[in-house]
Amino acid sequence: MKSIQGKPFDSPAQSYLLQRVHLVDPSSEVDSLVDLHVVNGRIQGVLKAGEGDSLVSARSVETAWDGAGLGCFPGLVDIHTHLREPGFEYKETIATGTLAAVAGGFTSILCMANTNPVNDSPYVTKYILSQVKQSALCKVFPVGALSKGLKGEQLAEIGKMKDAGIVAVSDDGMPVMNSYLMRKALDYCKTFDLSIISHAEDAFLVGQGVMHEGFHSCCLGLRGIPAESEEIIVARDIALARLTKGKVHFAHISTRQAIAHIRRAKEEGLAVTAEVTPHHLVFCDEDVATYDSNFKMAPPLRTREDIAALRGALQDGTLDCIATDHAPHASRDKDVLFEYAANGVVGLETAWATGLELVEEGSLTLNRLVEVMALRPAQIAGIEGGTLKVGSSADFFLCSLKDTRVLDGGHLHSRSKNSPFLGRKVRGKVLATFVGGDCKWTYRDT
Amino acid sequence: MVKKGAWTGCSLIETRSLNAERIREVLSKSKELKKLWNGWRGSEFPHQTLAGKTVVNLFFEPSTRTRSSFELAARRLGAHVLNFDPQSSSVTKGETLFDTARNLEAMDPDLLVLRHSSAGAPGQLSKRIKIPVINAGDGFHEHPTQALLDAMTIEESMGSCQGLNVLIVGDIAHSRVARSNINVLTTLGARVRVCGPPSLMPPQVEKLGVTSHFHLREAILDADVIMMLRVQLERQGQAPGGGTQFPSLGEYSRFWGLNSETVKNLKKGAIIMHPGPLNEGVEISQEVANGPYSVILNQVNNGVLVRMAIMDLMIGGMK
Repeated sequence: MKSIQGKPFDSPAQSYLLQRVHLVDPSSEVDSLVDLHVVNGRIQGVLKAGEGDSLVSARSVETAWDGAGLGCFPGLVDIHTHLREPGFEYKETIATGTLAAVAGGFTSILCMANTNPVNDSPYVTKYILSQVKQSALCKVFPVGALSKGLKGEQLAEIGKMKDAGIVAVSDDGMPVMNSYLMRKALDYCKTFDLSIISHAEDAFLVGQGVMHEGFHSCCLGLRGIPAESEEIIVARDIALARLTKGKVHFAHISTRQAIAHIRRAKEEGLAVTAEVTPHHLVFCDEDVATYDSNFKMAPPLRTREDIAALRGALQDGTLDCIATDHAPHASRDKDVLFEYAANGVVGLETAWATGLELVEEGSLTLNRLVEVMALRPAQIAGIEGGTLKVGSSADFFLCSLKDTRVLDGGHLHSRSKNSPFLGRKVRGKVLATFVGGDCKWTYRDT
Repeated sequence: MVKKGAWTGCSLIETRSLNAERIREVLSKSKELKKLWNGWRGSEFPHQTLAGKTVVNLFFEPSTRTRSSFELAARRLGAHVLNFDPQSSSVTKGETLFDTARNLEAMDPDLLVLRHSSAGAPGQLSKRIKIPVINAGDGFHEHPTQALLDAMTIEESMGSCQGLNVLIVGDIAHSRVARSNINVLTTLGARVRVCGPPSLMPPQVEKLGVTSHFHLREAILDADVIMMLRVQLERQGQAPGGGTQFPSLGEYSRFWGLNSETVKNLKKGAIIMHPGPLNEGVEISQEVANGPYSVILNQVNNGVLVRMAIMDLMIGGMK
């Protein structure tokens, strides 16, 4: 990236022009070479490539850069991450987690409440937000717990947390097994127009299961988790959404059975949305054969048929968005026997690459990819983002789409390196990420 | 001097990838060693191929037969044996399996035999240390040496496994003996069937190449070999809320237990096997276990020889 007027690429400027970048912005139906005009952190104009030259010659902008045809996309929005702060800083902090986010092209993320202490009170919410102010490289929006201590017994102080800044409610990490509590939560959250993000697993059916129940769990001698454990809670929460007219968003959907229920719920017009993780779109239960705990997560990797169903549902809109469920774990939690390993994998730095893989394989169009990774997640969370229409916050990233490399732990900026993509070819290189017009990340060869 | 064979320096972790040729090699060597063992006189067994070698037995679960036979097998061939007891080790202070093994490896053993309650442990361990590992049973995944000694015992009585009708009875879902035997016997051409309560059948077990039955009395009618399994109470795992997988031992015994009544319908020449230990009166009665069809103690005897054969093939004579 060269600066036309000699300033280094990542130095801040009040107004600048990013010329000749290939912008893909589904919200404004743009998919072409443009000159992006940014003033005071907002999009001032999206001009046809070359039209910005007049601004440069009139000195109406402080700096101008030549995008050299690089891909330019609205900053990605991840509505499901675990930043581990407070309480588990040895796995990740807000600083390292948001560094991983911008390295992956994300400009806004939601962080879940299963911290220590749990984010079930306005005090913890305020603490998280003050840490965000101090050290976050991208926008961070906390999710508040549904129940006190994630115990699934009593409602947390959702109203006070909303005032303190939460944008959604979830006991994620734990399913809400008590249907009465889930019903009351759905009713109560209507006051504050908050979605409940549902971690849909029946804890009894899961039992001590560690992988998908099927032929492979039979061969590997590992306790299995049947698909029905997800289906049952999805069906239940849809019924409760119908009863209460509340809003439910399903976290990490992994089965074709759940997809069928969600499709019918949407046809019925219920306020139901759903996300899928990148790893569920690529890996399946066969990958557990090595007993590598980087393939252990909740819900577990399912079957090839499920992968196909998930991809189809993402393209046709039954699944609204991709969310990483970025779950950092240190090696002392993961580099242990499979049955004892913690559930979860990191994903912020490989999500976009996975999306590009799906586009390459024809499962998604590039336009749809940007929709499901930027526009729809922002809409579901009710936050600004996912669009580069004139007037919106200048949250975007630049990417070289053709680059590929084999992923190594050293490439990851997250404090934890528990990724199923290690050793695998990943495509696309995020070269720079801008949040509110400021450059928060540039790629440096390590 | 030392032939490099298919087994040299290899680990034995599971049986799914063992082809008939490699199985045959172990069985031939076992038969050869059995002849030698039964015929020798004097103070030192004339096949000291593990002289100067060290075998470490790392048993995280209790064991009578497997552990004793691995120790005897190694000693007969001249090896030093270290029996590591986790109970009195720093494992009780929280030292992990991987660290324990790495530390033991630093003392220059030649082979590590691991039994552990967690499926996949030997496989995961063999990726982290350089010496060969023998899986002596990992959770309910596999128990390869058991299946090999079972195959040897069947061939002794029946000549060959090819075309035999083998019935495995019990808690198949939680049985590593069942999984390993299904793999080895189907590879050797036997027709394997499994029988037990449906709540104790693994998912999609037919895809392993077996048929499943729920009623013992019908299933044993055509069987040439009946392999009885102990009900694995310690592996069933209580789900949160206290769900269990079948009502009681008494109920199990009534419908799936082998006793003098049920054996009345056995085919002539059929044999009854059991990996041990028996729960007398639950899956098998004392009369049947000691009766004319039983080859249970032959299994135990063959266990030492099969383990001698494997260790010989893996690290025998090598420097």
